[in-house]
Amino acid sequence: MPDELAIRARGVTRVYKAKPAPVTALGGVDLDVQQGEFFGLLGPNGAGKTTLIKILTTLLIPTAGTALVAGFDVVTETAKIRRVINMVSGGEQSGYGLLTTREQLWMFSQFYGLTQRDGWRRVDELIEITGLTEQRDQKVRTLSTGQRQKLNFARGLLNDPWVLFLDEPTLGLDVAAARDLRDHTLSWKAAAPGRTVLLTTHYMVEAEQLCDRIAIVDRGRILALGTPEELRRRVQAESIFRIELDQLPQNGGIAAIGALPGVLSAIRADEDGEGPGSDRVALKVALADDSALTSVVTAVAERGSHLVGLAKSEPSLEDVFVELVGRGFGEDDGEGPSS
Amino acid sequence: MTRYRTIATTPREAAEWSTGRLIRTNLRAIVGRAYPRIVGLAREPSWLFFEIFLPFLAVSAFVFVYRALEAPEEFVGFVVLGGAMTAFWLNVVWMMAAQFYWEKDQGNLELYFTAPMHLMSILAGMAIGGLVLTSSRALAVIGIGSLVYGVTYHVEEPFVLVGVFFLTMVPLYGMGMLLASLFLMWGREGFHLAQLLQEPIYFLGGVNFPLRAIAPVAGVMMAILPLAVGLDAMRQLAFVGSEAQGMLPVGTEALILVAMGVAFLAAARLALGYLEKLARREGRLTLRWQ
Repeated sequence: MPDELAIRARGVTRVYKAKPAPVTALGGVDLDVQQGEFFGLLGPNGAGKTTLIKILTTLLIPTAGTALVAGFDVVTETAKIRRVINMVSGGEQSGYGLLTTREQLWMFSQFYGLTQRDGWRRVDELIEITGLTEQRDQKVRTLSTGQRQKLNFARGLLNDPWVLFLDEPTLGLDVAAARDLRDHTLSWKAAAPGRTVLLTTHYMVEAEQLCDRIAIVDRGRILALGTPEELRRRVQAESIFRIELDQLPQNGGIAAIGALPGVLSAIRADEDGEGPGSDRVALKVALADDSALTSVVTAVAERGSHLVGLAKSEPSLEDVFVELVGRGFGEDDGEGPSS
Repeated sequence: MTRYRTIATTPREAAEWSTGRLIRTNLRAIVGRAYPRIVGLAREPSWLFFEIFLPFLAVSAFVFVYRALEAPEEFVGFVVLGGAMTAFWLNVVWMMAAQFYWEKDQGNLELYFTAPMHLMSILAGMAIGGLVLTSSRALAVIGIGSLVYGVTYHVEEPFVLVGVFFLTMVPLYGMGMLLASLFLMWGREGFHLAQLLQEPIYFLGGVNFPLRAIAPVAGVMMAILPLAVGLDAMRQLAFVGSEAQGMLPVGTEALILVAMGVAFLAAARLALGYLEKLARREGRLTLRWQ
């Protein structure tokens, strides 16, 4: 069935019972993911990404709509889906701390029906691939966060899944560990043709580096879908500047800058750890055209800030997100549903 | 690089399993889930103190009371046997009934749900692993208690005694499998129930005295508590000719245990099916932090 989709969702809706009112975590999602595709769901916390993964991995049923994984219905054909998928979540503490790395993986291999010989062989292969050879006989409870997540990743590959769900897999990892994990994912994907990965993340770099196509999700809806390049082209008509200041602007702050004529959006660009350091503040400002830059620089000066750096930048996925929803990733408007 | 690959050729083919493969997977899942409990025997020596020495102290208190009251000497043996069976009851309450709740917190439960084996296999693995783990502790309590207090057993049918022991374990752990689903559905109230299931059950199950001593309620306990029935039968078989009579003939009690085993396992299966439906409908049972 070469033409069959790995994932197909139509009008998938999920409403959680809550007080004082029900919360809509997913509001009618339509999605097609091709076999062999590395697909990303990019969105802030509460966007509904995890809820969608829970539905696709048969942990939740949709309140409305239909979803198929590998051609099987998530409501009525759960057993078949469970034979061809696996899932790895960020910050996962699964398994039992008194087991060694090797034993833990072997235990999980038994849940997928691997024989004794195949199970141990596969465990040893995955330990080697994920770089856990030195920790193979170490008890799981003594592993570092990064090692633990590598172990979880190895667990996710035990059954050689046809559809692998990665739910914020690098959450809480340091830069090196996150990079390792991304490399392992790409290696596995390259070595296993036909395998599909659905990744949820709120790290732009991760989505850009790994995904063939990305859906930008917010408040339970897909706002845009395409390759990273296609998405970036949506905002290429704009001029995007990175402005570094010695302090935050006073009298209305960043919002006042964003309200200036010719300014499409203005957000903090240094809240995700990639900022300029010391006491400086970095802003990312999208302009309808370059001529609006003068009024921005003047407005910044009027609000007590001094310009210490200015650069025109290529549009990123975050710019696309800001363009679509009118706020940055880290800016919670307090109304997002919990997923 | 083919080392990532295993067997599958297409997703559809990979999803089509024969009955044999399904059975083998579930049997392997039982072994897999039993494994952590069995290796735990050697990895957590502190348990030796809590699960052997403390029960031994509890047994000792009753032994001294019986000797002070000049009760029949086999009562000491009754208490030692009851103390050993207590270990199984504690294992059922804390490592079966409450286990799904903990598995949910660790994130294991959602992995169990998304794996291709039946959840009953996970429960069976937990039960078998728990049985092996606890048997070592129970044997230690019997060994130490018998040596220290000089218990004399009078066993005429050792195989029947062993058979009744295993007949007792089936409904006992079946009850644990049922409670595992119920505790998860009830949430924190489950923990209160677990507390409630300790001391009152020691009393109502006749752990430290012959069940006949509480004859008015013993009949009810015989109908719902495998521990009470099994212990009464095992005492009759381990202390033949004792002054203290059992509640019912051993054969009848064995039949009750068989019926209980079937009933508890069937109920556990139903509860698990309901739990899974509830979990998928409401999400709150398998998803962490919800």
